[in-house]
Amino acid sequence: MANASKPREIRLSTTPSAEALADLRLGDIVYLDGLMYTAREGVYRRALEDKANIPMELPSQSAANFHCSPAARINPDGSFEMGAVTATASFRFAKWLPEWLAKSGAKLVIGKGGMSSKDYKSYFVPNGAIYLSTVGYGTGALLGRGVENVEAVHWNEELGLAQAMWVIRCNRMGPFIVASDLDGNCLFERENERISKNLEKAYEGTRPATLKRFGETDDKSDELIG
Amino acid sequence: MIPIDVIEKTAETLMDKAAIEIPDDYLEGLKAAASVEDGDLSSFVLQAMLENYEAAKQDRRAMCGDTGTPRWYVKMGNETQIEGGPIALEAALRRATANATNGVPLRPNRVHPLWRTDHDNNVGIGAPEIEYAYEPGGEWIDLITVHKGGLFGTDYRMLFPSDGIQGIKRFFLDSLVAFGKRGLACQPAIIGIGLGGCKDTCMVLGKRAACLRTVGDRNSDPKIADLELEFTELGNSIGMGAMGFVGKSMVIDTHIEVGYCHTGGMQMSVHAFCLSSRRAVARVFADGRVEHRTDPDWFTDYQRRETVEWQMPQSHEKSA
Repeated sequence: MANASKPREIRLSTTPSAEALADLRLGDIVYLDGLMYTAREGVYRRALEDKANIPMELPSQSAANFHCSPAARINPDGSFEMGAVTATASFRFAKWLPEWLAKSGAKLVIGKGGMSSKDYKSYFVPNGAIYLSTVGYGTGALLGRGVENVEAVHWNEELGLAQAMWVIRCNRMGPFIVASDLDGNCLFERENERISKNLEKAYEGTRPATLKRFGETDDKSDELIG
Repeated sequence: MIPIDVIEKTAETLMDKAAIEIPDDYLEGLKAAASVEDGDLSSFVLQAMLENYEAAKQDRRAMCGDTGTPRWYVKMGNETQIEGGPIALEAALRRATANATNGVPLRPNRVHPLWRTDHDNNVGIGAPEIEYAYEPGGEWIDLITVHKGGLFGTDYRMLFPSDGIQGIKRFFLDSLVAFGKRGLACQPAIIGIGLGGCKDTCMVLGKRAACLRTVGDRNSDPKIADLELEFTELGNSIGMGAMGFVGKSMVIDTHIEVGYCHTGGMQMSVHAFCLSSRRAVARVFADGRVEHRTDPDWFTDYQRRETVEWQMPQSHEKSA
C-alpha cells in the first residue's frame, strides 16, 4: 500500500447501456446490480452443441455471463444455499464464446484471467461486449455477500451442481476489475508487457535445463539435449 | 483406543475451519506483503483479499468459491489404536468430507476424469486422498485437512546434477512467471519445492512442503533454510504481483523438502498454495480430548531421518 493510488469505482447494471460500457477504462473497479447467470463448458455444450433451449430470456433478463461454479447446495425443500462465489479461468472457453456471445447477446463476461486481445478484437468488440475479472483471485466471501437471492438453478440434473446454470440477483456485487474495453484492449497484456521488461534481470545468472522438453521447441526432430 | 465418533466429528469441524478461516501465519505473511506493495492494482487486490478473509469469518462462509480438492493427512503415534481400525477411520474421513461439502457448503469439485460424474459431495474414486505417517511414541492421532485449490502453479522437471542451483533457480522462475501471468497461480502464495526422490515422491515432497509447513518455518538443514530465503527474495524480484499485475508480491514464503534420489538425477517439483491457503489441524487423544491448531508440524526430525535405525529421543522413550 506504500504509495499506491486507488482505482476508480463504478456501479454497473448487468444489462448495461452502450454508453455505460464505453465509459469503462482498463483497471476500473466495478460493482454489479441485476440478474447474472453462470455458464461454463457444461452450459455451452448443452446450449450450442446439443441445441437445448436456453431456459431464460437472454439478453433482456441478463447480459452478464459469469464463468463460475458456486460453493452452494440445493436444500431438500428446493431452496438454495449459496456461500462463496469465485470465477474459474476463462481462456478454456474460447472455443464456445464467439457463438455464445452472438446467441446470448451477453455484454459482460465475468471470470478469471481474461482472454487475449485477439479474442476481444475478433468477437467481443463486434458484439459490444467487455470482460470483467474477479479480484484476487478468491474474494469468494465478498462476492457471496453481493448475492441478494438465487432466483433459479437450471440444468442441475443434466449437468450437476458445479456446471449448472445458476441465476443470481446481484446487489452491489463485487469487486470486479475491467480487463477489456470496447476497443478490445487487454489489461493483462498491458501488465505483462510492463513486467517483461524486467524479466531478463530476474533471470540473470540462471541456467536453462540440460534436458529440453517438447513445447520449448516446435521441432519434433530435436533431440532436446543441451 | 481413540473413539471413532470423536474422529468423525472433529474431521467435520476441520473441513469447516479449513474452508472459512485463513491460517494466522499466512494472514500475517500477506499483511506484510500488502504493507510494502506499491503497484496500484496489486495493492488493491491484496487489500480486497484481506477484507475477504474478514467477511468469510464474520459470515461463516467459504473464503473462496473454489474450495479446492479436500484431502487428509493423518499422523499417529506408535501406540495409537483406533476404534474400528483403519477401515473405520477411512470411512469416517470420507463421511466427514461428504457431510461438510453439503454443510458449509463447499463446491462439489470432484468429478470422474472421463465421464465427469459428480456425486456432489467431493467423494469418489481416490477422493479424498488419505495419506499416513507415524511418529515414535504416544497414543494420539493428528487429523490434517488441506483443500488445495487450483489447476495452475504446479510443475515437475527432471534436472541433473550439472544443472546445479542455477538450474533450480531457472525452473523456479519459469514456474512462477508461467503460472503467475494473469494470476493463474492465485499468488502471492506459499511455494513448495520438492527436490530429489523419484518422480512421484518429488511431487509429494513439494506439495507437502507447500501445504504442511507454516509461513516463517525454516528447513532444519541451515543451507536449505538459506536457499528458502533466497528463493523468496528471487520470486519477489520478478516485478509481478497479485493477479499478474505489476508489483512485488509473488511469494509469501518458500519451503524446500528433499529426498534421496538416483545418483544421476536431481528431480524438481514446484507447487503454489494459493491465496486461500486452506489447512486445519487437530490432535485427538485416547480420552476423547481434541486440541485444534493450524501448524501441521508434519516435517519432524523423524520424517526427515537419514539413517537405518532411529534413536528414540528421551521424552519418547519415557512415554512409550
